[in-house]
Formats: sequence, structure tokens, C-alpha cells
Amino acid sequence: MSGFAFPPGLILLFGGLVLPFFDSNGRRIIVLGLPLVTLWALWGVPDGPSVTARLLEYEIVLVEGDRLSRLFGTIFTLMAAAGGLFALSSARTVELCASMVYAGASIGVIFAGDLITLFVFWELMAVGSTLVLWSAGTVTAYRASMRYLSIHLLGGVVLMAGIAAWVAATGEIQFGSMTGALSAGGLKAAGAWLILAGFLLNAGAPPLSAWLPDAYPEASPSGMVTLSAFTTKTAVYVLIVGFAGTELLIWLGLYMVFYGIVYALLENDMRRILAYSIVNQVGFMVTGIGIGTVMSLNGSAAHAFTHIIYKALLLMSAGAVLHMTGRRKCSDLGGLIQTMPLTATCGIVGALAISSFPLTSGFISKSMISQGALDQHLTFVWFALAAASAGVFLHAGIKFPWFVFFQKDSGLRPAEPPMGMRVAMVIFAALCIILGVAPGMLYQILPAPVDYVPYTGEHVVAQLQLLLFSGLAFFALLPLMKRTLTISLDWDWCYRRLGPVLARALGSFILSADRIFRDAFLSLLRRGLEEVRAYYGPDSIAAQTWTTAAMVLCAVIALGLYLILLYA
Amino acid sequence: MSGSVAADLLAQLAAIQVILPLLAAPVCVLTGRGGRAWAVALVVSWCAFLTAWGLLSQVLDQGVIRYELGGWAAPWGIEYRIDEINSFVLLIVSGVSSLALIFARTSVAREVPEEKRSLFYCAWMLCLTGLLGITITGDAFNVFVFLEISSLSTYVLVSLGSHRRALVSAFRYLVLGTVGATFILIGVGLLYAMTGTLNMVDLAERIPPVSQTRTVYAAFAFLAVGIGLKMALFPFHAWLPGAYAEAPSAVTAFIAGASTKVAVYVLLRFYFTVFGASFAFGELRFELFLMPLALICILIMSLIAVYQNDIKRTLAYSSLAQIGYMVLGISLVSVAGLTGGIVHLFNHALMKSALFMSLGCVFYRVGSISLASLEGLGRRMPWTLGAFVVGALSLVGVPMTVGFVSKWYLIFAAIDRGWWPLAVFVVLTSLIALAYVWRVVEVAYFRTAREGSAQAEAVEAPVLMLVPLWMLVAASVYFGLDTSLTVGVAERAAETLLGSGR
Repeated sequence: MSGFAFPPGLILLFGGLVLPFFDSNGRRIIVLGLPLVTLWALWGVPDGPSVTARLLEYEIVLVEGDRLSRLFGTIFTLMAAAGGLFALSSARTVELCASMVYAGASIGVIFAGDLITLFVFWELMAVGSTLVLWSAGTVTAYRASMRYLSIHLLGGVVLMAGIAAWVAATGEIQFGSMTGALSAGGLKAAGAWLILAGFLLNAGAPPLSAWLPDAYPEASPSGMVTLSAFTTKTAVYVLIVGFAGTELLIWLGLYMVFYGIVYALLENDMRRILAYSIVNQVGFMVTGIGIGTVMSLNGSAAHAFTHIIYKALLLMSAGAVLHMTGRRKCSDLGGLIQTMPLTATCGIVGALAISSFPLTSGFISKSMISQGALDQHLTFVWFALAAASAGVFLHAGIKFPWFVFFQKDSGLRPAEPPMGMRVAMVIFAALCIILGVAPGMLYQILPAPVDYVPYTGEHVVAQLQLLLFSGLAFFALLPLMKRTLTISLDWDWCYRRLGPVLARALGSFILSADRIFRDAFLSLLRRGLEEVRAYYGPDSIAAQTWTTAAMVLCAVIALGLYLILLYA
Repeated sequence: MSGSVAADLLAQLAAIQVILPLLAAPVCVLTGRGGRAWAVALVVSWCAFLTAWGLLSQVLDQGVIRYELGGWAAPWGIEYRIDEINSFVLLIVSGVSSLALIFARTSVAREVPEEKRSLFYCAWMLCLTGLLGITITGDAFNVFVFLEISSLSTYVLVSLGSHRRALVSAFRYLVLGTVGATFILIGVGLLYAMTGTLNMVDLAERIPPVSQTRTVYAAFAFLAVGIGLKMALFPFHAWLPGAYAEAPSAVTAFIAGASTKVAVYVLLRFYFTVFGASFAFGELRFELFLMPLALICILIMSLIAVYQNDIKRTLAYSSLAQIGYMVLGISLVSVAGLTGGIVHLFNHALMKSALFMSLGCVFYRVGSISLASLEGLGRRMPWTLGAFVVGALSLVGVPMTVGFVSKWYLIFAAIDRGWWPLAVFVVLTSLIALAYVWRVVEVAYFRTAREGSAQAEAVEAPVLMLVPLWMLVAASVYFGLDTSLTVGVAERAAETLLGSGR
């Protein structure tokens, strides 16, 4: 199959565009079949550049395969298929189309061999995801999608500026590691920094992390499942390729880890909890990329793989609840296990996986990142990651299932969701457990050979201890959690090394810094716009109709001045 | 025999290019009826387009074409001299005219009274003659003559707009246009006084010995301001928004695409060919005159465009900003910069004509083009507004449209010279363009029309208007992907222009 010469991303992209012209049976075949065709196609992509074309004066590489891109391509196509299955019964046509275009574009990014191709697919991804958001059809979703779009267009502009500078400095459009260029100085470094900034924006890194929890929860139940997978993980992919080993990423990643936890603990809306949790999980991956060893990069890639599955599973379970009850606040839900046992079970499997419970997929991937930190003697990073694992268990592992499926009885008696949703959930739940039980399946397709055994007595016992104590903490602090007004959790209960003072200070610092920054920015923007309007609005001098005499006078004065200048 | 007739015709292409529309003008009047006059104008305009195409391919194959009018040898007689740059502009002008004429049939039937229509098409033909003549000629005085032909007919075309305000706008344009033409005439006269010749190539040879005189300096300044007035560069721009906004829709689509482009061409011709790049830019630092004006022009006009309520005015101000981009490219005085400027001539003609045509469609159905009158039209007139969106994306410079190609070369040229605040400036001002076109998109797609308003009952525009509109839209996507023709020609033109000064 070495002769295969077609960008695999385009299959889904075109599929999305023709989807509206089919009836419901045809759509079912397209939505489920095309991702599998894509999967087949991308495993046929040979290593190295395989499809090239000429644009302007550059040789662009539409398809370039390697182990890493095939790994990401695999999970993206699986996700597109399962997400499509979940969406089929409830989503609008626009959403199905947009989801396919969005998935296709992100696969396009994964296989792009040069910066121009990457940029084009990058922007298509922004458009596709905005349409997914928009298709929820509510006013809040429309507003959120516009905020989302403006942030991503801004990111696109930054990225494009970076690419332009990079190309001008190096004359190359090839996409490869840029870590070394960051400290090179001059135009090359400026280009690399701008490209990094563009990538990080999509990863949900500070200071603009807020776009993610702001936008995603406004999507439809199935829309959010799709959204959770592609944008941030594509960013993880390009960071692995372009900026592995950039130390700054360790600290940005840790910030994201704790940002996600703090806000998720404060949140009452189940899907917002899970949205913050995406930032938190991507933080783990970004940290791994920053460490930059073979072990940690493998870990980040593996974590992206497993995270897509269990986060989609959690969001499917939350989406099913939302679809059947129309409610999304934890305080309005509870006791749903009685009538939705399957949804609850799948949600719990996802919750266990995200908490890295042994025998689930999270355990075999996240521990590789921690191991990477340990190998490099980054003790502080290791401690922070371990502490964060406990935090993840608190907000996503227990808080979400407890408040939605157990807690008090809310009196709601919804039925199980439609067939498609159930099948999608069961498949992903099964994948979570299969990968956890047989880690070799994932390890053998990772970019580098894996020299790591997850199931040693030490690992398992340490992880169980961590989970046990944070579980205890949750129930001990249940009265506090219920009000969800404060973050004064006694963190030393679950992890003694991070004192309660620090936790509280960090929490309030993040909150207030975020608020101050945002307020200052907004008021500055508002004042600036008023000024601009005063000078250029319809009644301003600049825009008024000039009299004929004034125009002629202006021309004559300009002539006079220019003559004087030339004579002088 | 027939073979030699064809060969004879081919040899006379340069003359045919101008004579044909000139002869068509009185024919339009003689037909006496709007429909027939339109048919004559349309056929002649397409012939002119084919002629321009023939000239361009001939130039690309065989190099510069020289044609002596009436057999009088240059420099005594008038000579037509066609190289890459002016054959490219000929193609743009005749192409925009041909498409705008298809559009004009239905649009003019609504906006111009029947008894004036044959005169309208006569004026159109004269305007086309003038614009093609300015572009094709190699004689400095001839430029002035054709400039007057095109300007006078444009004043007439603008004054035929459906509001009485059109008369005021046309008068203002007339005064300013005349001042500009006079300045150009004075400039050409001063050069003639110093060199005794009017032929451009001859001028280029004879200016260097006398270049250090005040008379040549004065000619330099008069031409700069005169051409600045004609192409509406800031601060000589104030006549343009009124003229564009009040003219009939088809006329706006035509002159927005063609006439300022020709003025930019005149600037290139005088300063690169006649004065020569090394004198104009090397010694007199002409770029120091152009670049600040271009930058101010881009910024201020884009900002004003954001706050206009009449969308035609928004686009008129946007045109001013786009002229700024072209001049910016020129003022970089490098092959990349000139390529960006010249390719933007072509690209901007495509997108701005398309945008003005789609507003013409809206005006045809709704009778107004204020922001409020576009409410909910995205659903009612999907093809019209769809074309507007593509044109608008191109204006912003989204990849896969022509706007991106121009901006790419401008940014590349700026970075190439190491001036990359300039590159940032280009990107940021593109964002302002996003702001002013987005207002239209938002109103058209996300608001619903009030009950009983004209736009609530509007239906899609007639096919005859949509066809030229979508041809332009298709071209603005096609040339955004396949840049071999446009960038190829522009690059060769840029090399010729820079080479001729050395």
C-alpha cells in the first residue's frame, strides 16, 4: 500500500460536506463507515513525506507519516466513529457535518508535513469546531461560539505571524522540532515563540485557558463529546513534534493541572466540571512534553490516547444524563443510578480511568509521565503531579459520579438513553478496561519502544493509597463539597506535603489574578474602543464630508509642502 | 488571403483595443434604445477583453509590443507601447467592464430612466476607451487626453445615480478630478519644456542630464499630487466615498474595479519608467512621500469604514484602505513589494467588484443598502449574500482567497526588508477589515427582518445579476489557489519596472 497517495484527513472532510445530501440510512453508513476507512487509510501512510504539491514558491507536504501521527490518527478516527454513533440519535445535521469536518481537519494537522498545510487545517479545525458549538442552537451557545471563534482566530493570526517570521528567517516551511530555535535570538526565535504561543492557545494554556470551560459546556450533549477530543489533543501533538523538552512547558503544564482542579472543585455544573478537567488533563500532557525525555513523551502521547477515550466516556455519560433530564447542575441531580444503571456504570468506569485506578487505562499512561519526572530527578514536579492525581480523583473521579448518580434522591426517574448512545458508551468503557488490563496493546504503537512496567507492587500500592485517602477526604468533607462555595478542602488530609494554606492561597491567587487581569483588559478595551469611535465614528472630523474647497486646499497645501521639501 | 488578413488584424490589435470602444460610443447613442445600446456595449467590451487577452499572451511570448499610430515613427508620432504591466492592467480593466456590463442590464433598468440609458452606455464606452487608452499609450501627453476622456465620462456616470445627492458627489469629483488632471498636465508640460519630447521612453533617456533642475523637481511634485488625487490616496481621497456611494450600482462595480487601478498604473509608469527607479527612489526618495501616506490611509480609512451605516460607503472607505496597501507595496521598492502591489491591483479588482455587485443585487430587491436594510437577508437572498461573504473573506485575507495572496506578498516583502513592524501592521489592519465586514455578516445572518419591511419580502436577485457576480467570486477563489498567472505576470512586471530604472 505504499502507493497510497491521498491525505487521510480529506476523507472525513469531504464526507462531512456531502453528508447533508443523504437520507438517514446513508448518513448512518457515512458517519460510522468513513472513520474506519480513514483508519485503514492512515495505517497505509508510509513513513516520511508521501504527498507533495507546489504552492507559491514552496513545496508543501500534504501527508507525512510517522509512528506518532499514526497513533494520534488512530485515536482520532476511533473517536470520530464513537462520537458519531453517540450523536446520530440526537444531533442536528449541521452538527454531524461539522463534527466530521472538524475531525477531518484535525487528522489533516496530524499528518501535515509543513507549516502551511498545518496552518490551513488548523484554521479549518477552528471553523469546524465553531460550527459544532453553534449547532446547539441556543442563544448562549451562539454567544459562546462567537467568543470561542474570536479567541481561535486570534490564535490563528499569532500562529500565522509566527510561521511567516519562521519562513522568512529560515527559508524552510518544513515542520520539525523548534525547541532549539527558541533561544537562538533574532527573527527565527521570534517566529518559534509566536508559533509556540499559537499552539499553546489551542492547548488551553494560561493566560487564556478560560476559552475552553467557557465554550464547551454550551455545546449540545453530543457536541461536547466531539469537542473534548480534537482541538486540545491536536495541540498536544504539535507541541510534541515542535517543542519537546521546552522547560517552560513544565511550569505551564503544572499551572494548567492546578487551574483545572481548583475551578472544577468550585463548579456545580457537571459538564463544566468535566471541561475544567480537560484543562487539567492536558496539563499533565504538556508537563510531560516539557520534561522531554523518551519516557515522558511516550507518556504524553499515551495519555492523550487514553484521555480521549475516558473523557469522551465521561462526557457521554454526562451528555446522556443531560439529554434525558435536561438538567446539568449537580445540585439538581442525584440518585439516577436507580433508573440509569448502564449510564451510571459507564460514568463510573470513566471516573476510575481518569483517576488512574489500577486496571483502567488512565493508570498505564499517567504513571509514565510521573516516571519521566522521577527519572530526570525533577522531584518537585513529581510531587506536584502526585498531588494533582489526588485532586483529579476528588473532582472528576468522585465528585461527578457521586453528585449525579448517588447523593440524595432528586426524584428524577429518567430512562436509559437511546440505543446509539448506549452502544457508544459501552464500547468506550470496554476500551478503558481492556487498555488497563493489557497495556501492551497501547505500548506497542507508541512512538518509541516502551521500557516501563506499570503493574509493579510499588506502583499499585502507592496509587491505591493515594486514591484511598483522597476518597476518604471527599466523604469527610462532603458537607463542604455540597455547598460547592469554597475550596477550603484540607488538602493535607489527602496529601500531607501540600499544606492547606498553600492550597487556599493558590486557589484565591488564581481566582483573583484571573479576575484582575480580565477586568483590566476589558475596561482597557472598552475605553480604547470609545476613543476610536470618537475619532473615526460617523460624526468625527475624519469621516465627515469635506467641502470641495477644503479638498482643493488640502491638495494645494500638499503640493506646496512637497515642493518645498524637494527644493530644500 | 485570409491568413494574411488575420495576421494584419493581429498586428493592429493595439489600435483595435482603443478604437473599438471609441467607435462604439456614438453607435450606442444612435441606437436610441437602452436594450440595444447595452447589447452593443456588451459585445464591444468583450471584444476588448479578448483583445487584451491576445495582447497579454503576445507580450508574454514575444516581449514588448510597439505600435506606431498612423505610421508616424516615435518619438514624433504617438506610440503605443505594451509590456507586462500595462497588458495586465488592460486585462483587468476590460474584464471588469465586461462582467459589470452583464450585471448592468437589470441593475440599470431599475436605477436609470429609459431615456438616459443609451447615453449611459455611451458614457460607459467612453470611460472604457479612456481607461484603456491611458494604460496602453506610451506618450505622456496622450495619457492626459485619455485621462480627461475617462474622467469626464465618469462624472456623467456618477451623476446618473438614483439620488439627487449623486449630482453633488459628481460635481465634487469633477472639481477634484480636474485639479488632478491639471496638475498632471502641468507636470507633463514642465517635462516637455526641459526635454522637448513627450514619448515616455524618450523622456526616460533625456531626463537624466537635466534631472538636477528645479523644473524637473517641480514636475515631479505636480505629478505626485496629481496622480495622488486621481487614485484617491490620503489626503486627496475625500471625493471618492461620495462618488462610489452615489453612483449607480453597476458603475460603482466598474469604477471601483477599474479606474483607481489605472491611476495606480499611471503612478508606476511615471515614477518607474519615465523618471526611473534610481532617480525617483534612489535620489529623491519618493518612497518617503508614499509610505507614510499609505500607512495613514490604511489605518484611518479602515477605522472609518467600521462606523459607516451605508454599506456602500463602508466598502468605499475600504477601497481607500486597499489603495493604501497597493501603494505600500510599491513604496517598498523591491521585486516582492511591487509584485504584492501589482497582484493586489488584480485581486482587489475581483473582490471589490464582486462586493459592490452583491450590494447592487441587494439594492435591486430592497431599494436601500443601509446596514438595517440587510437584516435577515442571508436567508432570503442566499446567493447574493453568500457571494458577499466570500468577497469579504477575501478582503480580510483569509487563505484560499485572492486577498491572502496579496497580503502574503506584502508581508513577505516587509519582512524581506527587515521591517517587520510593517508586517504586524498589515496583519492588524486586516483584523479591522474583519470588523467592518463582520457587521454586515452579523446583520444579514443573525438578525431577522422586521415584519412588513422590504427586506422581509425580498427574493433572490435575477440570474443575470448573479452570474457575473459569481464569476467574480469563483475567480477570486480560483486565483487564490492557482497563482501562476497573476503572480507570474506581476513578478515579471515588477522586474521590468525595477530593471528599467537601472
